[in-house]
Amino acid sequence: MTLARQVLLIAWRSLVRTLRQPGTVIPPLIFPLMLMAVNSNGLRAATHLPGFPTDSFLAFFIPFSFIQGALFASGIAGTDLAKDIDTGFMNRLALTPMRGSALLLGQMGGAVGLGVIQAALYLLVGLVAGVDIESGIGGAVLILLLATLVCSAFAALGLWMALRTGSTEGVQSLFPLLFFFTFISSMNLPRNLIEVAWFRDVATANPVSYMIEGLRSLVIEGWNAQALALGFGLTIALLVLAMTLSARALRVRMART
Amino acid sequence: MREFKDVHAVDGIDLRIDPGEIYGFLGPNGAGKSTTVHMLVTLLPPTSGRATVAGYDIVKEGPKVRSAIGAALQEAALDPFLTGREHVRLAASLHGMRGAARKQRIAELLERVGLVHAADRKVRTYSGGMKRRLDLALALVHDPQIIFLDEPTTGLDPQSRSALWEEVGRLAKDEGVTVFLTTQYLEEADVLADRVGIIDKGHIVAEGTPTALKAEIGRPTVEVVPEHPEEHDRLRGVLARFGADTAARPGAAAVQLNGHGDLPDVIRALDGEGLRAAAINLHQPTLDDVFLAKTGRSLEGAQQEADEPA
Repeated sequence: MTLARQVLLIAWRSLVRTLRQPGTVIPPLIFPLMLMAVNSNGLRAATHLPGFPTDSFLAFFIPFSFIQGALFASGIAGTDLAKDIDTGFMNRLALTPMRGSALLLGQMGGAVGLGVIQAALYLLVGLVAGVDIESGIGGAVLILLLATLVCSAFAALGLWMALRTGSTEGVQSLFPLLFFFTFISSMNLPRNLIEVAWFRDVATANPVSYMIEGLRSLVIEGWNAQALALGFGLTIALLVLAMTLSARALRVRMART
Repeated sequence: MREFKDVHAVDGIDLRIDPGEIYGFLGPNGAGKSTTVHMLVTLLPPTSGRATVAGYDIVKEGPKVRSAIGAALQEAALDPFLTGREHVRLAASLHGMRGAARKQRIAELLERVGLVHAADRKVRTYSGGMKRRLDLALALVHDPQIIFLDEPTTGLDPQSRSALWEEVGRLAKDEGVTVFLTTQYLEEADVLADRVGIIDKGHIVAEGTPTALKAEIGRPTVEVVPEHPEEHDRLRGVLARFGADTAARPGAAAVQLNGHGDLPDVIRALDGEGLRAAAINLHQPTLDDVFLAKTGRSLEGAQQEADEPA
């Protein structure tokens, strides 16, 4: 059987089980929208700062929703795999002719599928609320693509943690760390407007800033090659790193001969 | 052999299981049963030693071993959010089945394990027995020559246990499937297995047919409780004609029969001496007696030991 078919089978199972758990599906859809509503009103005054790149804080903030959705994806992918390890379902899969790479890629299916639904919903809500996508329809497609890649990269980190620890607690410990990284980024202000030097330096060194800025550039600027290159480049690099770490951890965890 | 840090979970065991045989692997928790199964199904490489399953080396030919075996490991490893049918379809698809052949196999297996009526319900609504039956169906998806069942009836009610025994027995007798069954239940090994291997602390301590193993231990014991306690000594004197005195409950006398008569002879002798019995018990040797004889502990006692925190 081809690798692609194996990936599809595992991804189908992952997506079905994710979508059948309302408690897993609803929070990633609702919470980022709530935060978007609260922040776009509460922090609207920031648009009056000299040099602020747009007069709509909603347009400025909406890319962060994609990152927040991706954070949930990391939890879902990791927790599901940790449960599979714990219940022995992974052993069941290991006894079939399934390749390890199919497990890794397929296991992200639920999280990535949900990520695409989330991204489409956030984008739709933004458009209904009056956000103009400066890069047009092509840009909107690219936003969905980059949001899905970010989701995949974070989900791969969740898989790595699940394979390393074999426990849902281990995966959940990753969530606050990723959450911390998202908050010490340029989520609320452009980096050049952050006055506290150490915060600005940390946000500049933080890859999450460039993921947000890549998405943001498509919404508020149009086509910014540098922002897109950094956004896509760092996201793909994180995805490759996380998948490499996961593949190594899988070899240890699934020690079939 | 399999070591985990300083622990020898399985410490040099030799097994030979013939095609079509049901082999019961009996032992308390922590004896090394599951570790042995995990090595034989290729999920855990042995630290040293060699084994072949279906003629294939478990270390060098893992994929060939896996294609020849099916396994239902401890605790039914199922996804609570998928239906029974979806589980079988996923397993069949991963084994390369497609189209009409897959559909037919799914229907056959669900019929066989009696889950047709519940096939489209999510597994989280299944009882323990239904989960175990689905687990067995999944192990059989690709028509394996050998199946490994790791404590398949643990936690099941007597009715579900008996239904599973029936199905396992049918697999071996009607289809010639070799069954490697681990269990901590004496009755399960006794009823189901053609041969039994008793494992304790990583070693095989006894192996043979249940009948032969019990015969090794000796003949049955007869215990008599006299109706009048003052006749206890006279009762012991009569029983002594049939065998050696052995441990009995307070107020009772017991002998292990030495072959000079069976239970009816004992009853006739008691009657002839005018002794009336309040109770007479015949105790046939069990696999627990075999375990006791080989390890100095009863299986139940060993179980409690294993369950106690370190």
